[in-house]
Parts: sequence; structure tokens; C-alpha cells
Amino acid sequence: MADKIVVHDFNLYYGENQALKDIELNIEEKKVTALIGPSGCGKSTFLRSINRMNDLIPGVRTTGSIKIDGKNVYSEEQDLVLLRKHVGMVFQQPNPFPLSIYDNIAYGPRIHGIKDRKKLDEIVERTLTQANLWDEVKDRLHSSALGLSGGQQQRLVIARVLAVQPDVILMDEPASALDPISTERLEELIIQLKEEYTIVIVTHNMQQAARVSDMTAFFLNGEIIEYSETNRLFTNPSDSRTEDYISGRFG
Amino acid sequence: MAQPLSNETVESKPSLSEELRKPLPKILQTERRGRILTFVSSWVLIVILFSLLIFITSKGIAPFIKGEVSFSNFFSTTWNPSANAYGSLSFILGSLIVSVCAALVSAPLGIGAAIFMTEIAPNWGRKILQPTTEILVGIPSVVYGFVGLTVIVPFIREQFGGLGFGLLAGVIVLSIMILPTIVSISVDTFQSIPRHIREGSYALGATRWQTISRLLIRTSLPGLMTGVVLGMARAFGEALAVQMVIGNSTNLPFDLFTPISTLTSIITLNMGNTVQGSTYNSVLWSMALILLIMTLLFIVLIRWMTKRRDQLQ
Repeated sequence: MADKIVVHDFNLYYGENQALKDIELNIEEKKVTALIGPSGCGKSTFLRSINRMNDLIPGVRTTGSIKIDGKNVYSEEQDLVLLRKHVGMVFQQPNPFPLSIYDNIAYGPRIHGIKDRKKLDEIVERTLTQANLWDEVKDRLHSSALGLSGGQQQRLVIARVLAVQPDVILMDEPASALDPISTERLEELIIQLKEEYTIVIVTHNMQQAARVSDMTAFFLNGEIIEYSETNRLFTNPSDSRTEDYISGRFG
Repeated sequence: MAQPLSNETVESKPSLSEELRKPLPKILQTERRGRILTFVSSWVLIVILFSLLIFITSKGIAPFIKGEVSFSNFFSTTWNPSANAYGSLSFILGSLIVSVCAALVSAPLGIGAAIFMTEIAPNWGRKILQPTTEILVGIPSVVYGFVGLTVIVPFIREQFGGLGFGLLAGVIVLSIMILPTIVSISVDTFQSIPRHIREGSYALGATRWQTISRLLIRTSLPGLMTGVVLGMARAFGEALAVQMVIGNSTNLPFDLFTPISTLTSIITLNMGNTVQGSTYNSVLWSMALILLIMTLLFIVLIRWMTKRRDQLQ
């Protein structure tokens, strides 16, 4: 399998604090890669480095490179708009815009210049179907997205991401605010989406990592301790700290 | 023998639960005193408001009921009290037009400043603009009028000819006066939008300007409109500063450079010069009633808009 994202010698500092240390990671195309680790270990920070959302935080400094399809996203020529179009992001809290369901999905395509109503209709239907939400909302596309349940909102947000046609989707603890049934539906959706997309998911839930991911990276104190196939990492970890973490001895 | 003894001790020293159920009389007293105090103050407020409403309404409709002035007379444009012509329409229109124009000037400026303070330069933008708007609120209206009279009126006279007094001078003075209202309410509205909404937009590849213009302004429109209407209400009720620069003529307010009048300027100018109980004096009360009704309408409008905003969020 080809490597979609190649991270080399990546460091990130919040002011004086070093949050990520010498990260080396190859993320494969059309696989689900899970990032696990205790709170504050840098996994979310790393995820937000991939689409450069950390740029919004003042005082953040980085060294090293994150290459997507061979192009360093931290190079000076990198167009942030293009980067974020190719690398979608789903957040911990479902964050639908206070607009209608239709306008939520159409928001992305519209900012990237699609105005044709028919084309937008087609995108809305296709992405909502992809996100397993179409049947639930097709009769109320023009009512507020805030009226949806948490699980529906999170799938709506995923559909909104799909609408700008990314190849990578970053998910930052996407199920942590959801109930068990919504979580299950979301996990089904993630497995379904990896047919077409490269997915990187941060999760606190180790069962979830085991269920949905192909590869798992274990973060601790800003470093990657271990990175291997999910099966191997959970059944036969090579580092004792990984073993301690996955068996629940800390974190 | 042991039984009555223990009973006696219970009576003299009640258990904690009884103590909690029956607070000490002293506590009850302060409790009651506090309740009476707040009760009285809220009723004083209500009584004052309603007596004002009743007083102004009865004074305002009196000339119509007594038949001194007819509706068609009052809502005409001929103002000549000595000939019993009390047409106030040009003043009503004057008030409306000057406040609407001031709001139209102030709204883009105020909302723009609010966007700058919250979205573009939250740190130093706030540090400078926050105290600026607070000081603008604190300047008394007579000072605004005085500045208008010595700076804006001569400026208009030199640039455009005419007297300098008039609609334009009023609009300029009022738009500066209502700017802080619009800025502070717009800032509050933008700040109430959660951070993750903005992040969602940026993560889709939106630029800052796209996020502002397509998402933030759109979602906060009811709140922004509330600020504009509140500013308009303030402009509508402002008397002193307007009266100093508006020119105080009975012309219709359809020309930027002609001196006109507003309801407030007519009332302030004439209330001291008319005889209590005369028709002229009563008609001024009718104008006050119109002001009151318009203000109530503004408040209803604002309430309705904030309710809609809360439903959306």
C-alpha cells in the first residue's frame, strides 16, 4: 500500500513547551489509522497539525515536515484553502452551523465556487447518503441542523466534510459526545468510508480503536511510543508502556 | 421514669432536623424584611411606569377627544399654531427619516468595527476600541450637539452651501451617538458564536473573509439587527443634540440641506413657551404620545428579534 501521509522529524512547540517530539509516521492510503494515548499526550495536537488547524492558535511553532502525496504541508507554497479542502476534519463536539441541513452541506462546495443549484442538490443527496443520513433527513433538508440529535449532527458534519471531496479525513474523538447506539452507527460509517478515504482518528476508547482501525499509533508525552498494525499492537505490544496503557494500568 | 425525662430533653433541645425546619425568628425576620424591600422596589417601578403611560396617553389624546384638533389636522403638514393648524406629519417624518438615516450610516460602520474587534484583531483591536466605544457612550448629548454646531454645521455650509443646519447635520451627529450601541451589541453577538463553529468553517477550507461573510454575519443577523434597531430607537428619542443642529424649521424632511424639525426638537423648543392647557401645549403632548408609541414599537421589534435569535441558537 502507498503511504498517503509521511511525517518526518516533526516537532511542535506551544511557546516554550514542546508538545510533539520527533514524530515519525507513515500513514497508509485508504486505511484507518488510530491515534491513542492518555489525555495531553499530543495526539489531538498532532491530528490538528496535519491540516494546520494549529495555525489558528497564537504562539505555535513547528519544525520538520508532514508530507501528503509527497508535498510538505508546511512548505511556504502550501495553499491552506487547498490543504483543508483535501484534508477534512471532524471535531469532538458535533459542530453543525446554525443553518439548515441543506446549507450545512452546501457551505463547503459554495465557498469553493459551486453555485449551480442542481449540482448542489446532487452533492447534498450523495454525501448525506454516504453518511447514512439521507433517509432520516430527506424530508426536512431545509429545517435547522440544530434540531438533529447528537449522532445525526456528527454524521451531518461528516457529510459536510465529504461534500468538499477530501482524500483524507481527520477525526478528533468523533464519538466521545455520542451515546452507544450513535457510536456504533458512526463506527460502521468509518469502516465504510475507508473504501475511498484515508482516515486518521484520535480516540480515547481503545475498543473503538481496535474495532475500526487498521493501524494504531500509541502516543505518550508528545512521542510515538509504538506504531504497528492494530491487531499486533493490542495483542502483542513490543513496548512495555504500550502494554501498561492498553491493559489499563495508567491513563 | 426514663421516658418522660428523655422527652423533656428533646423539647428543650430540638434535633437538627427540627431546627432546620423551624428557623430562628431572627432569620425569619431578615427573610421577611428582604422580601418586602424587593417587593416594594419592584412595585414602585411598575407604578411609576404605568402612571407615566397613563399620564402621557391621557394628555396626548385629550386634544382629539375635546375636539380641539382633528386627526386630519394633526396628521397634515401645515404647522401654523396661530391659525389653529397643528400638522405634525413633517416632524414625525423628520424623526423617522433622521433616525433611519443615522442607523443606515452607523450600521455598516458599527458592524464593521465589531468584526474587526472580534475576528480580525481580537487582542489589540479590543484593547483600543472597547474603551473608545465606552467613552463615546459617556459623552453627554449636549456636547455632541455643541460639537455638531461648531464643526459639522459650518463644514456643511462651506462645502454644500445653504445654512448648514438640517437633515444631514442631524444624521451625522446622531450616527456618531448611536455608533457605540451598535458596536457593543454586535460584539456581544459575534462573541456568542462558539469557537467550534468557526473552526468547522476554517477546516472546510474557508478563508477568514468567507467565514465572516457567509457564516458569522448570517448566523448573527438577528443579533446585529437588534443592535441597529436599538440604535435607531436611541436616535429617535434623542432631543438636545438634534435640536441644536437640525435647524428647527417646519420643512418636509426630503432634502439633506434644508433645516427641518423632529418631534423631540419641537417639544423641547416649545414646551416652555406655551401656556399649560392651551391647544398648542396639548398638541405637544400628542407628539410625546407618538414618541412613546414609536419607542414601544421599537421595543416590541427588538424583543421579537432576540426571541428569534434565541430560537436559532
